[in-house]
Amino acid sequence: MKFNPNAPIYLQVIDALKLDIINGRLSPGEKLPSGRDLAVRYTINPNTAARVYQELERQGICFTKRGMGTFVTNDADRISECRNQMAKEVLDTFLVSMKELNISKDKAIEMINESDDIWMI
Amino acid sequence: MLESINVTKKFLNKTAVEDVTMTLEKGHIYAILGPNGSGKTTWMKMVAGLIKPTSGTIRLDGKEIDIQSRKEIAYMSTEPYFYDWMTIKDVGKYYNDFFEDFSMERFAYLVNEMSLEMNLKLKTLSSGMMAKLKIAATMARDAKIYMLDEPLNGIDLIARDEVMKTIITYANEDKMLIVSSHLVEELEMIVDTAIFIKNARLQGIYGLESLRINEGISIADKYREVYGKC
Repeated sequence: MKFNPNAPIYLQVIDALKLDIINGRLSPGEKLPSGRDLAVRYTINPNTAARVYQELERQGICFTKRGMGTFVTNDADRISECRNQMAKEVLDTFLVSMKELNISKDKAIEMINESDDIWMI
Repeated sequence: MLESINVTKKFLNKTAVEDVTMTLEKGHIYAILGPNGSGKTTWMKMVAGLIKPTSGTIRLDGKEIDIQSRKEIAYMSTEPYFYDWMTIKDVGKYYNDFFEDFSMERFAYLVNEMSLEMNLKLKTLSSGMMAKLKIAATMARDAKIYMLDEPLNGIDLIARDEVMKTIITYANEDKMLIVSSHLVEELEMIVDTAIFIKNARLQGIYGLESLRINEGISIADKYREVYGKC
């Protein structure tokens, strides 16, 4: 994974994992790699990997069973809530960029409607 | 816990390390960074007990560094220190004789992980293979502190990935790893703390994530800031 040098690593790994969960690459209830395996997989510091799980757990995206490891939440509502939250962030970034380009909201909507429909591909 | 207290090392006409005071904790991977000749290697050699400070003290878990500390500190220097005629297996035996905490089993595992083979003769190894062998031999010890001087030097991308993976795999809450490098960007991801040495002195200690959270910059950015205009 290519990391953005200006943002905390743990937040970037959290987003990558959330994306995997939202897209179903990781299923509800699925066991996640151990902290060490996560560190190896993303080539990150083991303490950073531990922090990723702590934070995901705090957010209710995963849970830890003592001695068994960390698992994806079974709560479908929490996962779709997470999807909405991430979509909101992407949208906010998009809107700010459009505003900087002096493009009105109506114009932006028009542009979206005219753009290639990547959902059809 | 490793304490460096007012550590200074003077050679005939040069001060290699000057008044370096810092405390390093187990459970962390430290990068020790700075240009060539800034004093990184000299400081590590003092921690390894290979040379003595001119003044100041280095303590490991409260005990001053001496010959005995070598049992607890696994140090990999930049210089090659094996004989040409040896095979990789011989290197394992050589280490096994030297260090009580060396595990032949773990060595064999690491040799395999790094795509090397036990019966290879050292004189046939490329510089990248040699670098990997040195790391395998060092990491096959069960030490409190691992110090790797320039482990990423002169090796290709694949070998670099293997080395990084080894470092991550063996780091845990009871171990301390100290890794020096010029390749700040590569090393950045796997460390949690960077120690900057500049002109023989400690310039600063920076947390990987705290730099990103508080200043929005990477260790590499900080490095450019600190060493960019000399």
